[in-house]
Amino acid sequence: MLAIAVGRRALSVSERNVAALKSAYWLVLLSGFLEPLLYLLSIGIGVGALVGDLTLPGGEVVAYAAFVAPAMLASSAMSGALSETTFNFFGKMKYMKLYDGVLATPVQPFEIALGELAWAMVRGSLYSAAFLVVMVTMDLTTGLRALAAFPATVLTGFAFGALGMTLSTFMRGWQDFDVVGSAQFALFLFSGTFVPAESYPAVLRWVVELSPLYRAVDLIRGITTGTSGGHPWLDLAYLVAVLALGLWVAARRMGKLLAK
Amino acid sequence: MSDPGARVRGVATEPLIHARGLVKRFGSFTAVDGIDVDVQPGEAFGFLGPNGAGKSSTMRMVGCVSPPTGGTLRILGMDPRRDGPAIRGRLGVCPQLDNLDPELTVRENLTTYARYFGIPRKVARQRADELLDFVQLTERAGSKVEPLSGGMKRRLTIARALVNEPEIVLLDEPTTGLDPQARHLVWERLFRLKQQGVTLVLTTHYMDEAEQLCDRLVVMDAGKIVAEGSPRELIERYSTREVVELRFTAESQEGFADKLAGIGERVEVLPDRILLYVEDGDAALAAVHERALTPASVLERRSSLEDVFLHLTGRTLVD
Repeated sequence: MLAIAVGRRALSVSERNVAALKSAYWLVLLSGFLEPLLYLLSIGIGVGALVGDLTLPGGEVVAYAAFVAPAMLASSAMSGALSETTFNFFGKMKYMKLYDGVLATPVQPFEIALGELAWAMVRGSLYSAAFLVVMVTMDLTTGLRALAAFPATVLTGFAFGALGMTLSTFMRGWQDFDVVGSAQFALFLFSGTFVPAESYPAVLRWVVELSPLYRAVDLIRGITTGTSGGHPWLDLAYLVAVLALGLWVAARRMGKLLAK
Repeated sequence: MSDPGARVRGVATEPLIHARGLVKRFGSFTAVDGIDVDVQPGEAFGFLGPNGAGKSSTMRMVGCVSPPTGGTLRILGMDPRRDGPAIRGRLGVCPQLDNLDPELTVRENLTTYARYFGIPRKVARQRADELLDFVQLTERAGSKVEPLSGGMKRRLTIARALVNEPEIVLLDEPTTGLDPQARHLVWERLFRLKQQGVTLVLTTHYMDEAEQLCDRLVVMDAGKIVAEGSPRELIERYSTREVVELRFTAESQEGFADKLAGIGERVEVLPDRILLYVEDGDAALAAVHERALTPASVLERRSSLEDVFLHLTGRTLVD
């Protein structure tokens, strides 16, 4: 009973975002999809022609583009979820005062977090699905593997959405988002995306392997390339933990910020 | 105190809102300092007070969005700490600052809000149309919120507060910042709600608003309740029946105070005029003339809630 009520109220928060969908938003959505695609074409294909094939830790040999593509996929799931839960979420909370109105209804802070996250996940999943289609048509993975990779990208979106929401509750103003942007870009560059983590010095390699994007890349790459060198269970556990912790902290912080 | 409305409804005589020793602190600042309040079903109840008296903090606690720091609070017979969602589902809240959704149209603001209460889409659409009609915004249904005038936004916020057919409507300064036409329209709509049996709880620092709408009110100052009663009772208790305002041409009114001593119950000297608090204005004026005083202008009026308010909370500006 309680779970149904929570789910229903969280859904009403997502529903508001559907009602607010306006034409300008589609442009934003499109740009979020184009960015990783351009990286894939320029670096995966362009630089890939210079690099040639890569030997993965499991011993399998893959084309460089097939190595980079799942990383771009994970990154696009990340950035889709993050832009929804940082910029948009923060704007709604702090400037539109949207949640002040919502909290006067039976909806509770945790349910707002859940509803916004579900919406962020829908956006992230749209990117992922489109990108997977591109990968299949470019012969960078098979149709079946793409289907199997999809839930992993959804989990990635969920985890980063929860993380982004938590970050938003600590933001003091828009200037803090520059820091988030830089951190996101650093993650994008150094999470085993363009270069295998094994090629970093031992100390740095540990840092890289701790990054949430690395875990997402490791998980998705294992699926789309069909290689066995990664740690899929560790990746799964890590991402689920980020999701749970992020959601919990975000809901607590929202309660504190809004229910004074 | 037995209330006939409560018995008719068949609910126990428990008031809709019951507070004892209610306290709200923000750090070391005490916004609400141990107040006792009971609001009965069908009543229009007002919190009056200057800015910073603790009215809004009280409203936020009653609205179950701000947890009390101390004391007892029961709303609709439930505990806000435990039953927040259930209580809020039966309340309508019109906050001091409009927090309408700027990304939605006027009508969507109502339908979307209805969904937060779990109201089915079809019912939400139907209710939105009825409410738009009620607050005279039907013609603006498809408009965005931002271009609306202040009065229109306020009416939309009130309509939004009614979307769940609440038993209690909380209105925090419902007409602050509105022009006279808009204020009268809002009052008229609130009066209609009251006639429909909806319990209204409002805060205001407009005395005419309190006299127009409230059956009973409390005056708050510095987090405490300093007076309670119906507008009539408060005027009887804290002021006189009539007030005579005298203006003298001399630069200072001060000198005349002594000469007026003894007329009426109280003499108050203001920079530009002198107020005589009296039972009978004509008799008082006759007494003034008997003392050979000739004020440049004279205004006889009935005592108002404003006199009570200024008497209780002082004329000093608190901000």
